[in-house]
Amino acid sequence: MTSKSTTFAAAPIAGVWGLFFRSARAPRPGKRRLPVETEWSTALVVCIQTGLLAGLVAAWEICARVCVIDPFFWSLPSAIWATGVVYFTEGNAVVDISYTFRSTLLGFFIGTVSGGLLGLSFWWSRNYARVMQPLIICLESMPKLALAPLIILVFGLGLPSKVVIATALTLVVSTLTAYAGVRAIDRDQEKLFYSLGASRWQVFTKLVAPACVPWLISILRVNIGLALTGAIVGEFVASQFGLGRTILYAGQTYEIALVWVAVFVLSALSMIMYAAVSWLEGLLRRGAYG
Amino acid sequence: MIALPKLALDGVSMVFDANGSRFTALSPISVEVQANKFVSLIGPSGCGKSTIFNIVAGLQPPTAGRVLIDGADATGLIGQVGYMLQKDLLLPWRTVLDNVCLGMEIRGLPLKEARQRALPLLRRYGLSGFETLYPSSLSGGMRQRAALLRTLLVDMDIVLLDEPFGALDAQTKAQMQEWLLHLFNDFGRTVIFVTHDVEEAVFLSDEIHVMASRPGRVIETLPIDLPRPRDRAIISSPRFVAIKKYCLDLLRLEATENASASIAA
Repeated sequence: MTSKSTTFAAAPIAGVWGLFFRSARAPRPGKRRLPVETEWSTALVVCIQTGLLAGLVAAWEICARVCVIDPFFWSLPSAIWATGVVYFTEGNAVVDISYTFRSTLLGFFIGTVSGGLLGLSFWWSRNYARVMQPLIICLESMPKLALAPLIILVFGLGLPSKVVIATALTLVVSTLTAYAGVRAIDRDQEKLFYSLGASRWQVFTKLVAPACVPWLISILRVNIGLALTGAIVGEFVASQFGLGRTILYAGQTYEIALVWVAVFVLSALSMIMYAAVSWLEGLLRRGAYG
Repeated sequence: MIALPKLALDGVSMVFDANGSRFTALSPISVEVQANKFVSLIGPSGCGKSTIFNIVAGLQPPTAGRVLIDGADATGLIGQVGYMLQKDLLLPWRTVLDNVCLGMEIRGLPLKEARQRALPLLRRYGLSGFETLYPSSLSGGMRQRAALLRTLLVDMDIVLLDEPFGALDAQTKAQMQEWLLHLFNDFGRTVIFVTHDVEEAVFLSDEIHVMASRPGRVIETLPIDLPRPRDRAIISSPRFVAIKKYCLDLLRLEATENASASIAA
């Protein structure tokens, strides 16, 4: 009896609701499932990638041979390969690679370390940081590569000028990153240290420096690319060795195949250094957080 | 013959001058805390509890007044008391053990020696098995334990605890309170405890200072004469309930007065 009355009471209400609200709603979609993409096996992905690359190289070769693209400007993969073999066996590939490699690494190291230290130094005095900040921002916005000819004049044709350009590119970024790390330090964390009676040096070594390490680690990969750019541009302006110098020289003498060889070697060098820095980053992160 | 108080605030006040308008965070207060007592400060937010702590810890100079520790002027001196802030502030790059050692290290103890001293205490106070872990893998309660041990291991007679259990869930909080009482018994320090939670204050303390805001001041000091050691069951005893009710009424009265004052203004 009671259950009957409730059903009677409920039904008309539901009907009224239905009248007013059902019709106002957007039409319901049909049965639809979560879209899921089935994942290809790694082997298949690698096969496709290799195929694409091979196809691209083949298309280049064919187009150049039938003169769809001008082989004088674009060269041919076969010619590039032959030039590459000569460059490595008879040319000065090893000298060029080690030259570019050295200036990049030196610039990367000097720029990151000194930039990091400079950024950290801003923690010591807010007044000093305030004085320095606009200068750093000026340096940041200045196109440092535009100074390359001047740097070559001052530091000479040799390795030092390339290192200086690579350093200039990485230094400012590192400084700003380390300073961002300094500013991100929790004021309460400093309070805790001081409440324990810490000296400023203790706060710096036990709190500020370690807190900024992850920030500096995060900039390593960016910096290696910047350092390489700096080194190459330095070689473009004036140099006796290096991959950048080879590219410039080959371009000026219309040895387009050699340009490509140097560009590919440079890409390989860049990838290797990037991988090495990524590995270093992982190592440092594990060191920093167990 | 009255014993020299461990800590005394002698007319300490704090006035902020912010672009012309004066804000009294703390009107002159004088409080004495006897050695080996557990004293709580309760009151609404903005009543100057944290300001008192910053002044006692030497992190903020008071506008007027002195802080006396064992009768000696300690105004503006850092490193005279152990101070645990609301957040645990454990360093993410240090293991739990090394975090606990931080205070001793800053005191100039070599890390190796500090570890030797801390290790048995970690084991004894519920952190065994966590020594080599990093804080990120600890629960809130465990992090607070580590932070508190770090504070206690600095060997300061006076320990300031600023709402250490404020962010914990009710159950963990109850556990931590008992754990803290256990530690308080073992270490025998003078503890000053800030909390919003009246029940927590009554359960833990020997004395409660009830504070009011605008301006921050102490409106009443209540001795808590409940016997020690205390058990959780005490919470439902008539005496406990009466004290708790009295504190709550004081705070409520203060809140309504403040509200009516602000309506009048």
